Amino acid sequence: MYVAVKGGEKAIDNAHQWLDEKRRGDVSIKELTLEQIREQLPLAVNRVMAEGSLFDPDLAALAIKQSSGDLIEAIFLIRAYRTTLARFGMTQPIKTENMACIRRISATFKDAPGGQILGPTFDYTHRLLDFQLAADGERGNLEPADTPVAEQMPHITDYLKKEGIIQSEPVTGTQPKDLTREPLELPAARALRLQALTRGDEGFILGMAYSTQRGYGRNHPFVGELRVGQVEVEMDIPELGFAIEIGEIEVTECETVNQFTGSKTEPPQFTRGYGLTFGHNERKAISMALVDRALRWDELGEDNEGVPAQDQEFVLYHSDNIQATGFLEHIKLPHYVDFQSELELIRKLRTEALAKVDTLPEDAS
Amino acid sequence: MTQSYEGGFASPSHDAARAFRSLMNAMAKPGRPFDMSGATGPMPMSDAAAATVLTLCDPETPLALMGAWNCEDVRNWVTFHTGAPLVDAAKAMFVLGDWATMLPLDQFNNGDPQYPDRSATLIIECTQFTHAAHELSGPGIQTTQTFDVPDLFAFQSNAAQFPLGLDFVFCTTSQVAAVPRSTQLQEI
Amino acid sequence: MNDYNFGYLDEQTKRMIRRAILKGLAIPGYQVPFASREMPMPYGWGTGGVQVSAATLIPEDTFKVIDQGADDTTNAISIRKFFEKTSGIDVTETTSQATVIQTRHRIPETPLTEDQILVYQVPIPEPLRFLEPSEVETRKMHALEEYGLMHVKLYEDISRHGAIATSYAYPVKIEGRYIMDPSPIPKFDNPKMEMAAIQLFGAGREQRIYALPPYTQVVSLDFEDYPFEASKADHACNICGAENTYLDEVIIDDAGGRIFVCSDTDFCANNQTAGEGKPQ
Repeated sequence: MYVAVKGGEKAIDNAHQWLDEKRRGDVSIKELTLEQIREQLPLAVNRVMAEGSLFDPDLAALAIKQSSGDLIEAIFLIRAYRTTLARFGMTQPIKTENMACIRRISATFKDAPGGQILGPTFDYTHRLLDFQLAADGERGNLEPADTPVAEQMPHITDYLKKEGIIQSEPVTGTQPKDLTREPLELPAARALRLQALTRGDEGFILGMAYSTQRGYGRNHPFVGELRVGQVEVEMDIPELGFAIEIGEIEVTECETVNQFTGSKTEPPQFTRGYGLTFGHNERKAISMALVDRALRWDELGEDNEGVPAQDQEFVLYHSDNIQATGFLEHIKLPHYVDFQSELELIRKLRTEALAKVDTLPEDAS
Repeated sequence: MTQSYEGGFASPSHDAARAFRSLMNAMAKPGRPFDMSGATGPMPMSDAAAATVLTLCDPETPLALMGAWNCEDVRNWVTFHTGAPLVDAAKAMFVLGDWATMLPLDQFNNGDPQYPDRSATLIIECTQFTHAAHELSGPGIQTTQTFDVPDLFAFQSNAAQFPLGLDFVFCTTSQVAAVPRSTQLQEI
Repeated sequence: MNDYNFGYLDEQTKRMIRRAILKGLAIPGYQVPFASREMPMPYGWGTGGVQVSAATLIPEDTFKVIDQGADDTTNAISIRKFFEKTSGIDVTETTSQATVIQTRHRIPETPLTEDQILVYQVPIPEPLRFLEPSEVETRKMHALEEYGLMHVKLYEDISRHGAIATSYAYPVKIEGRYIMDPSPIPKFDNPKMEMAAIQLFGAGREQRIYALPPYTQVVSLDFEDYPFEASKADHACNICGAENTYLDEVIIDDAGGRIFVCSDTDFCANNQTAGEGKPQ
């Protein structure tokens, strides 16, 4: 007699145990420490912090270790943890003009006050595997690099603003909605869109940005400025009556200068796209700026070309990799009830269709 | 003045869960009373209304206190226990008072065609429930349910706006009953 | 004792969900937006149902979780364990003993009572989504009660296939107003939705909650000449002999031999012990 499969609980426990063993790998090899991950895989840590929406390098390192290096899984761990945290208050907006920049480049001006600072970048590395890293790992025989840090660098776009040739971004002073505390309502204001983009999947945002470059909503971006560095985070303390610094975080900021528009009331002027992420993450910040700019078609009086990057519902509903991966992977779950209903339906439809064919008159077949 | 600090749920997580069960049953089964306790508010708040407010209100829910309920004791208590912003009738998500303080009903938000859930919920204090004059039907009611509302026409008009409309939670000392907008009413 | 707040969620989140549930009950079939939280399980795996259950459970409850009608499917086990760990509540596999039942894809065969609550996990709450991908548009359609698109779709099915080609997540109309997605239950279960229990629907990723009070009118969409039919495999259960339950088809050998067994494992087990069954 047929007996239904049981023992799912045991199977789950065993799966978790096995997963632990796979994560640890060969136990004769020294276990990875969180400090090693934090210090030696900082760009992975940055991505997890950015898309996890939580600035905590140690927790991000833990998440990366726990997830065996699956960064989306690590982001998920951070998000689930973040949701449970109490909110003590809101910080003031960070002042990126006061950033201690380790990198600051502009593609629009050869030089500008403060100068170009190349900083630590892969940009001009030749992508050749460095077998010396494989051999002994350390590069101790090299001279230490110059590590200039430039404080108080003016924003490049400010020069265009002084000339009145770039669209100004008025300070509204209104408190933006919080994407993680209120359901998304469309159309979404720019502040909300930027929240979604900065925590959106790097690959998705990159793909969307790339699509605008290839003509699906082209907006002719120049990297007006890209800067990376530490900024102070300040918070108002009601008991004190003023704001105090509660810490510093590393961020990457990108401002694009885009092709001008004009209207009956406004002369032609440049427009902007904006990207900001936790940590050093240039690809994400630039991509974000391009997609931000594409989504602004309506407020700037541009045509809706009907391309994906202009469609805020399309972008905002599909950029979150935790939502996407959960729903995608849920099709692994049993669906045999639904499949059974489809089986019955298709059998019935086929039977009926075949019966019809059988009864057709000879000359009609 | 220690009164505003007293009267909250003794075990917030468990008490709020039980109070919500009563509220949910009330909203799902219009006109049927369910026990409601666990909190004590200052006069003229009933215990049932106090528990209802604690279960549903917080800094995200603008609350309007009407008539005698808009007194210092109640304001302090509500602010201390829930942090709900106290607002005028038109902006309220929740409203607390007795029937006389609620009129006219068109001062409250009755929702948006795209978001009918954004209408106000009125928490109405009353001395007791009676079941003689009005007969309810609709979702949550198998055949009919008797429950007397303060003004039949007002409730019929509210139901006629469906899916827009206000939802009503009635509170006695220790019980709640609800009449949502989906309920049809008639005289017996 | 454990370190979690009762029901895992913080109180403010539970209040937000509870408010959405009350509005959902007041407007049966309307999808209430709610600020779904990131749960420690993936979106698409029941986070909506889990949040609704978490906001609904009381310490005295007895909780049952089924997936595909069965208590022993892996995700049902996982969700049941989550609540045992974070709420310390009693759990059961017996439908009649449960006060709250969380389900994915099925309604239990045993009729539910007024003292029970059925919580559905919902992947895509919008019944019009596959006809119109834009949320902005579908929200307008619900507001204007403009459901022509759905009728056109069903009619096209008939002209192409001679029948409505929807076998699960079969759309229903609630109290003559809102068209609602019943979640991906087989259409066999649709008639059960006019029931004594409160029904709550949670879609976590899509941030929607909706609800049906007891005895709410639920009509499966159809046409006069093509009436709705709650179909199932034309077999009896090979284990308990039941003839009016939804069946899983199980392939039992390489030759493609197959048997049919109740998808509702609790019902099947009870039916066997009741001695009414005719095991084969």
